[in-house]
Formats: sequence, structure tokens, C-alpha cells
Amino acid sequence: MMQVESKADLVHEISQFLFREARYADDHRYEEWEALWADDGVYWIPANGDDIDPDRQMSIIYDNRSRIGLRVRQLMTGKRHTQEPQSRLRRIVGDIELLKVEGREFHVACNTMIFESALRGDIIWASRNQFVLRRDGDDFKIARKKVALVNNGKAIFTLSFLV
Amino acid sequence: MIARIAEWDELIRSDRVRGRLYRDPAVFRLELERIWYRTWVYVGHESEIPKPHDFVRKSIGLQPILMTRAQDGRVHLLLNRCTHRGNQLCAKEQGNAIHFTCPFHAWNFSSDGRLVGTAFPDGYEGLNKDEHGLGQVPRVASYKGFVFGSFAPDGPSLEEHLGGAAETLDRLVMTSPEGEIEVTAGFLKHRVKANWKFILENETDGYHPAFVHSSIFSVADSGIGSLYGAKSTALTRDYGNGHTELDLRPEFRKRDAPLSWFGTTPERLPDYVATMNKAYGDARAREIMIDGTPHVMIFPNLFIAEIQMFVIEPLGVEDSVQHVTALQFKGAPDLNRRMRQQTMGSVGPAGFLLADDSEMYERTQRGVQASDTDWIYLGRGEHRERRDSDGFLTGHATDEVPSRGIWRHYRTLMEQSA
Repeated sequence: MMQVESKADLVHEISQFLFREARYADDHRYEEWEALWADDGVYWIPANGDDIDPDRQMSIIYDNRSRIGLRVRQLMTGKRHTQEPQSRLRRIVGDIELLKVEGREFHVACNTMIFESALRGDIIWASRNQFVLRRDGDDFKIARKKVALVNNGKAIFTLSFLV
Repeated sequence: MIARIAEWDELIRSDRVRGRLYRDPAVFRLELERIWYRTWVYVGHESEIPKPHDFVRKSIGLQPILMTRAQDGRVHLLLNRCTHRGNQLCAKEQGNAIHFTCPFHAWNFSSDGRLVGTAFPDGYEGLNKDEHGLGQVPRVASYKGFVFGSFAPDGPSLEEHLGGAAETLDRLVMTSPEGEIEVTAGFLKHRVKANWKFILENETDGYHPAFVHSSIFSVADSGIGSLYGAKSTALTRDYGNGHTELDLRPEFRKRDAPLSWFGTTPERLPDYVATMNKAYGDARAREIMIDGTPHVMIFPNLFIAEIQMFVIEPLGVEDSVQHVTALQFKGAPDLNRRMRQQTMGSVGPAGFLLADDSEMYERTQRGVQASDTDWIYLGRGEHRERRDSDGFLTGHATDEVPSRGIWRHYRTLMEQSA
């Protein structure tokens, strides 16, 4: 049984989870990052707007769980040239809001800014992220992560790290 | 500025070219004049503007273009520039508009480019509206729905320009039971800090996949890797006029399995197979589904890569955009769904394949900053290239027949001063 906890405690716990997810991505801890995903997880980065239909229109990433695994395995080959050397990354996750609770699922939104330093140069990425986190024991799993990049309507450079 | 032929010999030879051609702003300016603003350039597809007054923003070289369909159904390529003070006329990516009204002083243009009205017209006495219509790309032509424009008022027709490569587009549309492709899934726009010619040459380079894409080949069983090995029977081909192909049909015919080219089987796409059989007859449909779609680079900017199409846009000498979308075949919804899924996985800024290709473009751009005492060597397979039965130069899948063909045509265009 889930403990009854105050909303402040819950938001704190969710925030800690999001910070951990961000840290794993920044530090290229691929296996630990992948382990955060639920078995039916969907990882979505739309293109040309935030509310397109990903089943009809091109997205930058629209991965089901098996494709998330493939993405991670490709990074781990050591021959994913665009990440060899790996981008140096630091991101800020802020404005975290718990929007809705549906049973064991928590709908969370936040804003993220990522500073990427790669061979190509230094780039700032900014996005509105929406998560569906599912209670898993005393932790969460990611059932859905949507990254709405501010500049997703424009031509963008290679985005090969875990965003 | 490069003017004399003797200088071209110092830049381009049959099996080698200078790095300067990829990084010199003067070369890029000359390419705009002699390639992008002269030859036929792919602009868009008719299915992007199906109805009268539909429009979509496109480009030719650095010039902003509005591709429109007028009331009478004709496709126009208009310069997206108000003829009054030069303001960008339309800022919307696409839509439907009977008139375009300039936000600056409200001059008003029809979807075929005519000046319809001016604000406060009593300030103009005797203004001849016919003289102030939007600029038009002088020649517009379409092949199998692919719309091309040429800024040269005269010159070879589009069909002459496409030459032998036109047949690859014929082959492409056959994959649809209705004989048509559609461009309806929206474009991913992938920017690279690299010269457009690195992209152009890589599209039909069969030598790099085994190395650039080894990471994804080692973790996904796509069946693509073996097409580009030393033992591959696939061919490279130079159609002339800069058009080049990686012809994978010999490999697919060896497999003799319908839809193997797409990494799937007839059992998984029963509706598609049934409509194809009905449209072409079982025997012909089987051949089409074994051969698959082409892998062809139409000079200078349209690349058909089996399941997706790319459009190359130059922004500057070291700055380019690859626009890419899934090909959609009319009357084939189950095939199209998988086309979109596979396209999203493999291409675009996060693609399993294209992120690594683009990394190579950018690294080569940095490489060619080095001294010009060394050439870029494109001689692979020159000793074993031959003419096929149609008279086109062909070679092994990994040979640099396409690059040599591209540069041969490039030099011809760049040497023509007027």
C-alpha cells in the first residue's frame, strides 16, 4: 500500500526523481537512465510544433520502449560517432508542477535548459517537458516523457545525447 | 574569383578535388550563380499543395520561394518578396490563401503572383499593376509530382536534365498501387555546419556505411549492412548531369523475397500486397516488391533514400540544412505507417543513421580547413568502372563512381560563364 504523504512531500520526491533522471542523462549513465523507464514507456520529441499527431507527422524522436533500448545500446557501442567524444552537458530542471494524479500515475511538467558543449560548438537547448511517472515501490518509472523543444519548428543541429 | 579553365584544372581532376571547393566563400557565391540560380533545382512536391490557393514556403539556393497552386490548378514558384519595398511577403510556413497581403504597406497579391491592389490607391497615378506582380521563377516543371524550378529563362528541359535518372522516379512511384507518392508527413530539418556538397556526395557513397553506421548495424538487425560490404553485388551508377544512384536491386533480386528491401515480409503487410497484386497483376507486383524503391541523388538537391526523401538547402559555404520526410505511397496506408516509423528512427537530428553522417560532414568541413597542398582523393574503383547496357558508368557498391560523376558535371556547370 502506498503511504499517504503530503503534497509537498510528493512534489519533493518527484523533483528528486527528475533531478536524478537529468543527472544520468548529463553524465551519460546510459544503463541507469534506461532503467528508469517503464516497460511501456514512450519517449517523444515532436517537430514542427508541440501538439502534432506523432502517428501521422514526423517527430525528432518517437520511441517505444524497445526503441529506447536500441538508442541506448547504440550509444554503448562506443562507435556512435556523434557521441564520441561525448557531449559535455549540464542541465537545469525547473518550474516543476504536479498537474494531475491518476491512480498510480503522476502527470508532471517542468522547464529544462541544457548547455551542450560538443566538437561542433556550444549550444543551448530549451524545452517544456511533460512526464507521466508511475509509482513503482518507493520509486517511480517513466511511462511517458515528452520534450517540446522551443525551436522544434526550425532547423536544428544534431541532437544525439539523451535530452 | 575563378575564371579561367586552367584554374579549374588546379581544383578538379577526374579522380581528385581540392578542399578549397568546400570552404571558399567565393566558390560558394559562384555556385549560387552557376548552379543554384541556373540549373533545375527541386523545390517541392505537388501533394504539398493539393487544393487551389494552397501555398508552402520553400527555397532555391538562398532565395525564398512561395510554391502556390493558383485558382486554375497551375503550380507557381513565386519570390517571397513584396515588389513594393522588398518585405518578406508571407511568414507562414504553409496554408491556403486567395491573397497574400504584405504586412508593411498592405500591397495585395493573388496566389498566381499578380498585384491585385494597393492601399490608399490615390497615391499612385497610372500605376501599371502588371509591372509589379511578384517575381516568378521563369521555368517551372513537374515530373511525377516533383516540382522543379530553374532561374534560367532558357536551357535544357526538365526531362533533358533528368535524363536517365527520370527512370528512377518512374520506379519510385510504382511502389504505390496508384502510381503516386505523397509528401504529407512534415519535414524534419537537420542543420549541419558543413558545405552542401559533402551531403550531396555522401548520399550515393556506398563506401562509408560499414564504418560510419557500424554502431547501429551491430545492435539492430536491419539487413542494410550487407548491402555495402566488399562482397556486395549492388552497383553505383552515374546517370550524367550530376545524378547518381546506388542500385541495390542486384542484392534484392538475389534474396528473391518481396519486401525484403524494406526489412519486412508480405505476411506483415497483407493489405498492401493485395492492392499491389490487384493494381499490377501478381507477377509484376512481385517484381516491384522485390526490387524496392531507388536510392538516387538528383543533382543538386533531391535525394530519394528508399523510404524517405531529403532536400538539401545551402545556407552558406559551411552551413546547410537537410530537410527529410517519410515517403508516403498513395493507396498504401499500412506501408506508410511503417515508413514513418522507420524514418523517424533513422534520420533527422537524433536519427540512428543521419546523426552520424552529419557528424562526418562537420568533421570533414573542419578537415578541409587544412592546407590545400593535398587533394581529396576520389579514385576508388576507377580501374573497374564500366558502361552498363544503357551506356551509364557503373561500378562496385563501394566505388566512387558517383562522386566522380558529380564533380564532372559540377565542373561543366561552373565553367559556363553565361
